[in-house]
Amino acid sequence: MYDPVIKACSHVLIHTPSFVRYGSKPSREIDDSTTPVLPAIETHLRSFEEAVEYPPNQVFIGNLHPDRLNGIEQPWYRHPVEDASRYGAYGEIMPEEEFLGLMKLADDFDLMWIEKESAPMIKKSLQAHPFWNNSDLGKIDAAVEMARIHDKIENQGSLPLYCHGRIVGCMHRHHEKDDALKAQVLMENLMAKASGALALTHLLKKSDIRADEIDLLLNCSEEAVGDRYNRGGGGLAKAIGEMCGCVSATGCDIKAFCVGPIYALVHAAGLVKSGLFNKVVVVGGGSMAKLGMKFKGHLAKGMPILEDVLGGLAFLVTGDDGESPSIRMDSIGKHDIGSGSSQQNIMESLVLKPLDRMGKKITDVDRYAVELQNPEVTVPAGSGNVPLTNYRMIGALAVLRREMNREGIDRFVLEHGMPGFSPTQGHIPAAVPFLGHAIDAIKRGEMNNAMFVARGSLFLGRMTQLSDGLSFLIEKNPGRKAPN
Amino acid sequence: MFKGKKIIVFGDRDGVPGPAIAACMKAAGAEVVLTVTECFV
Amino acid sequence: MDTEKQAIIKQLVDDMGTEGLVVVIGAADPEVAQVTAETVTFGDPSFAGPLAGVSLRLPVYHILEPEVKKVIPQDVYKEQAGFLELVANTEEIGKIFREIRGKARET
Repeated sequence: MYDPVIKACSHVLIHTPSFVRYGSKPSREIDDSTTPVLPAIETHLRSFEEAVEYPPNQVFIGNLHPDRLNGIEQPWYRHPVEDASRYGAYGEIMPEEEFLGLMKLADDFDLMWIEKESAPMIKKSLQAHPFWNNSDLGKIDAAVEMARIHDKIENQGSLPLYCHGRIVGCMHRHHEKDDALKAQVLMENLMAKASGALALTHLLKKSDIRADEIDLLLNCSEEAVGDRYNRGGGGLAKAIGEMCGCVSATGCDIKAFCVGPIYALVHAAGLVKSGLFNKVVVVGGGSMAKLGMKFKGHLAKGMPILEDVLGGLAFLVTGDDGESPSIRMDSIGKHDIGSGSSQQNIMESLVLKPLDRMGKKITDVDRYAVELQNPEVTVPAGSGNVPLTNYRMIGALAVLRREMNREGIDRFVLEHGMPGFSPTQGHIPAAVPFLGHAIDAIKRGEMNNAMFVARGSLFLGRMTQLSDGLSFLIEKNPGRKAPN
Repeated sequence: MFKGKKIIVFGDRDGVPGPAIAACMKAAGAEVVLTVTECFV
Repeated sequence: MDTEKQAIIKQLVDDMGTEGLVVVIGAADPEVAQVTAETVTFGDPSFAGPLAGVSLRLPVYHILEPEVKKVIPQDVYKEQAGFLELVANTEEIGKIFREIRGKARET
């Protein structure tokens, strides 16, 4: 059997400005600061149109190639894309009012109440979406009076849900003393489920595969669905699959900080290659906790808060179809425990070892996708340009290999890299937002291959000082007829 | 310069990681009292 | 530098004093390294964390400065840090850190 392929992918964003206040950093600052933080946040939020026109967001959903960012003057938020569409080749940018409806559809435990007067607006907006115009939206009709919502918020630990500056509902806790089931955690989990489901719905619409053909789902979201006895117990893969009608699939969650999507894709490829599963979906929803993570830097620079979107990703891995780019099974680069903390050892493990195995030079890879965080989010907050540093490291490996001289690094970055365009949603920027662009460019014959390299910060969990990383290469399908 | 000193290490996941700096400092005869690696994303 | 890390440093200084304490930084981006260095020298620039208004004046170095490299056994340095010399602008980093140490001595 030939190597598995990535047959389809979807990349979605959801504009959630009213949830920025519930991001980990903003919510802590709102609680702790002696000066009013919330009004400052609110005056620096973007409209839906501004989020749609933002060039990196247009790259994310597939309407612009990442290289185009090189030609757009920074700051990009001052140079909106003209006639930008919320829909793109790989997905869409969804507005908040539609997403609130989708969250309610994802809610199987009445965790979320929608307020009576807001319900028609939420229902109408979701009904206008091409994917949900014929769906049963009865869940949204079961709305409640504002007085009951206020009572829940004031007396029972529920959190208000906002949209366009007003309360439109609330999110409840589901156990009085269980931190894993408090309102904020359930909100985070429900948002991951709903955004993952949006990504998976796009994937299913885009590929010519029915939901009931999927036999395995691997969720790589950054959340911790569980309860007090098992925080992070899991189950989001099946929750998302259930919502999307994947009735013949089973699934589980894969956790590896920001490398999660790469681990999930490598697992998917291995399981397809082994014949255990045939059509495997990798899906990741968005991270509420990371909304507004760098907002202080943005406020200090008088910028809009750019971390106002959730991301969502979905990929379909199947056996060889004779046309989609293949995941080379001999291309997996891994950060061994024994690689230690030397950056050179780590990068050699992730990039050089697999290339040596395949008999390729560093410059034989047309494009590298690394951690693709948008620098316009991170640089103003004093966090540096992460993709650029990683590209320079791959260039430095090529210098050490005598494939080029040191002066060639900048050119290498330009030709084999790309500017970061992904929101800082942890697992979302993990190299894979380039997959859509890479698959299309390879199919069009503009590129032969691309390597995906993601890094994870295991040390953040305080159980090891190790970091992590994983990589793989996709290449043009040889177009052979499959032997089996 | 570092011999006998007590070192606080602030490494960077995408630069020189904490444990790598700590190894350098120990080799230079210093005592490492804190190793932190930053992840800026 | 986030508030949690500032708290750890402040606690460490409260427990051990500043005598003999040195900070060594590894960020590849000069600006990022500079913010960390200035925080442990002159205090939190955003005046929000535990080091707000706390001028610890700890001697601060970057692992990629030429003068730091000189005092580390070269085999260890090459293995652990040398690669980043190709990636980062070590001259700029050296200049920034010399200035910060100079400023800390003057004031």
